[in-house]
Amino acid sequence: FNFITKMATRSERSVWSHLSHGPIDPTFGLFDSYRNDPRPRKVNMAIGIYTDDKGGPYVLPIVKKVERYIVEKELDKEYAGIMGYHAFRQAATELVLGKDSPAIVNKLCATAQTVAGTSALRIIATFLAKLYPYGKTVYMSNHTWPNHPTIFKESGLTVEKYRYYDSSTGGLDTAGLYEDLQKMPEHSIVLFQACGHNPTAVDPKLDEWAEISRICKEQSHFLIFDVTYLGFASGDIEQDAAGIRKLVADGHKLALCQSFSKNMGLYGDRAGNAILVCSSEEEKTIVESQLSLIIRPMYSNPPIHGARIVTEILTNPEFKTEWIKEQREMFDHVFEKRRKLHEALIKTGSTLNWSRVMEQKGWFFFSGITKEQVEKLEKDHGIYMSKNGRIPVVALAAEDIEYVAKAIHEVTRH
Amino acid sequence: KMAEIRRVSYFDQLETAKPDPVFNVLVKFKEDRDQNKVNLSVGAYRNEEGLPWVLPVVRTVEAQMSTDLMLNHEYLPLDGLKAFTDSATKLLLGGDSPAITQNRFCAFQAISGTGSVRVGLQFLNKFLQTDTIYLSKPTWSNHHGIARDTGFANIKEYRYYNPDTKGLDIEGMIADLTSAPENCVVVLHTCAHNPTGVDPNRDQWLRIINVIKERKLFPLMDTAYLGFATGDVDNDAWPVREMVRQGMELFIAQSFAKNFGLYNERVGQLCCVLSSPEVCSAVLSQLKFIGRRLWSNCPHHGARIVATALNNPTLYQEWIDNLTVMTGRIKDMRDGLFQRLKAKGTPGNWDHIVNQIGMFSYTGLNGDQVEYLTKKYHIYLLSSGRINISGLNHANLDYVAAAIHDTVTNIK
Repeated sequence: FNFITKMATRSERSVWSHLSHGPIDPTFGLFDSYRNDPRPRKVNMAIGIYTDDKGGPYVLPIVKKVERYIVEKELDKEYAGIMGYHAFRQAATELVLGKDSPAIVNKLCATAQTVAGTSALRIIATFLAKLYPYGKTVYMSNHTWPNHPTIFKESGLTVEKYRYYDSSTGGLDTAGLYEDLQKMPEHSIVLFQACGHNPTAVDPKLDEWAEISRICKEQSHFLIFDVTYLGFASGDIEQDAAGIRKLVADGHKLALCQSFSKNMGLYGDRAGNAILVCSSEEEKTIVESQLSLIIRPMYSNPPIHGARIVTEILTNPEFKTEWIKEQREMFDHVFEKRRKLHEALIKTGSTLNWSRVMEQKGWFFFSGITKEQVEKLEKDHGIYMSKNGRIPVVALAAEDIEYVAKAIHEVTRH
Repeated sequence: KMAEIRRVSYFDQLETAKPDPVFNVLVKFKEDRDQNKVNLSVGAYRNEEGLPWVLPVVRTVEAQMSTDLMLNHEYLPLDGLKAFTDSATKLLLGGDSPAITQNRFCAFQAISGTGSVRVGLQFLNKFLQTDTIYLSKPTWSNHHGIARDTGFANIKEYRYYNPDTKGLDIEGMIADLTSAPENCVVVLHTCAHNPTGVDPNRDQWLRIINVIKERKLFPLMDTAYLGFATGDVDNDAWPVREMVRQGMELFIAQSFAKNFGLYNERVGQLCCVLSSPEVCSAVLSQLKFIGRRLWSNCPHHGARIVATALNNPTLYQEWIDNLTVMTGRIKDMRDGLFQRLKAKGTPGNWDHIVNQIGMFSYTGLNGDQVEYLTKKYHIYLLSSGRINISGLNHANLDYVAAAIHDTVTNIK
């Protein structure tokens, strides 16, 4: 016994003495900095989360109602299965592709319920890294969600960028985009965002999607769509999905990574859906079996609660109507903030062109504010935002809009 | 070129993945029309009626939560819901644990036990700079998959189950761990070993812990049955607490799927006991980065249920009572099966039925016997001979005992 206690010295060196801190997550790290700032006047523009007028969290009334309804049903807590809740996968897929999509009618969609959009991306990326028979490089827009390159690199793919945002116009760099799509090796993997592009807020118009589709078909590219802001670009889900649906109709066998975090306000419920449009029903079965091999050692099976809420809402006509209405209200609310920001910027007397505030789509305003100006905003005004100048219009509290506009004018005037 | 595009599927060379063996058994059970069929292959608790059982304390808490207007659906922090991780850690280590009082731990919420093991092994593979891992022979099949996908090129097994005694091969285990290279990872089951139900006793644990310390192996304690093994949380947690008491660093993967019956809510955490608060901070930051690339952050619903129950004395007691119902029923079924086999004089020694711990039992039936049992009696179990004890109930005990008796007597 003495021998054992002698061994148990707490002064034994840790195996981790060489360990350094992990990289600070750009978004959450920034949020932490905001939280730790002691100044009374500070503004959190770090994270894109929908907030009510006081800047507080918002739960959709339909979500609260359906949650209560589900709890009263007293459903079981049994494992959902590796691929998840079947009714959810079906309803989610129908929402984005449309019930009469040839991909659905012909049973071509391999689907998996996932832990929100992040896991959908990780699973698709891993699937491609493992089994895609061509080049293992993924191309993404020159500005994109910071976690995109991280996830794809972690999965074993090389990450390259294509021209997307044109900083001189504040719009889509169509010439650059089309050229880059053509220059990529054939069969390249290309990642797009369906709508409400994060962070640039620039989406291709329908005729631009048509051209993207044409070039990608010519080049046999494999397309992946991140579908996070469905309903927030135009306020209409069908309209927001038009680009994807055109590509599917054109025959692309693409992948979709769908999230309900934003359009149902289910951030913390982690409700997501991965779709792979296959060439046949048989292939779909095979692909799903391969996806399950990836999912099982990652998290075994997905969380049920959010998926049950989504399914109930989408499959009950009354609930769905209520949701569409509330989602539209969120869109209108964000659009109103956008309008107010635009107004406030003009009011400051700034001579810069702020028309792009109204032209951009979705949750963000990609302001063109430089890194140095962003630092000044933080230092002098307590305003925390991404270094790339992305302003989450969605998260602006009414009482902060004028303050933010004045501060922006302050750092951008010469 | 257009024709080529039309023909080509990116994945037409793809082969169907081998189906999960456990899932396959379940499919066959569902298709079986025999009215006497019994499912002993399932991986979840079943009540006396053979049905899934949501713990009453869970229903109580969920009902409360559904009308609470203060609750929102915001993202949880990257390391999870603090009320959950704090209470889960306290449950595991004990409130007076030196790891807690000295702030030498960090806790990271993950997607149930699988996610916790995944994140833990991913971290260890990278930062211990080892590609060697030791898993028990046998172990939960997913351990192999997770070890492979987190980069362990060298997956070894340590002897564990002794098919002759249907108990622990302690000498084999000690010998294999003694020959393990320094700095490799060893995965152990804290209690209620899956699939065998065979747990080391305390003296054996002390020997195992000794070897781990001497050989400088890094332990990951897979803890999926805390409180569910014997009904006594402190007793079930003893191996982990002893390692902490002896000043070791270790990782613990904790699942609340079984002990709270929250299988599909995916509640779990990785708890890391380390040598100093500074190391904890560095480790946690790395775990956050790993999580961010897998699922970003965790679901809040199940974590809130557990946190609410653990932090309220009345609810906590209700949970203990619910646990006792489950573990009590499992013990009854073990006794019931054992008594019946003994009474019939079924060939062989069946002590292991009552000696093994937890929901699973390695019956010792071989592949032929399992096949006979399924074909003739419509009793479904894994080809390894593993049964889920909670699949037994008073309605089918006689039937199953008779079936096993016939099987063992006639099939060798």
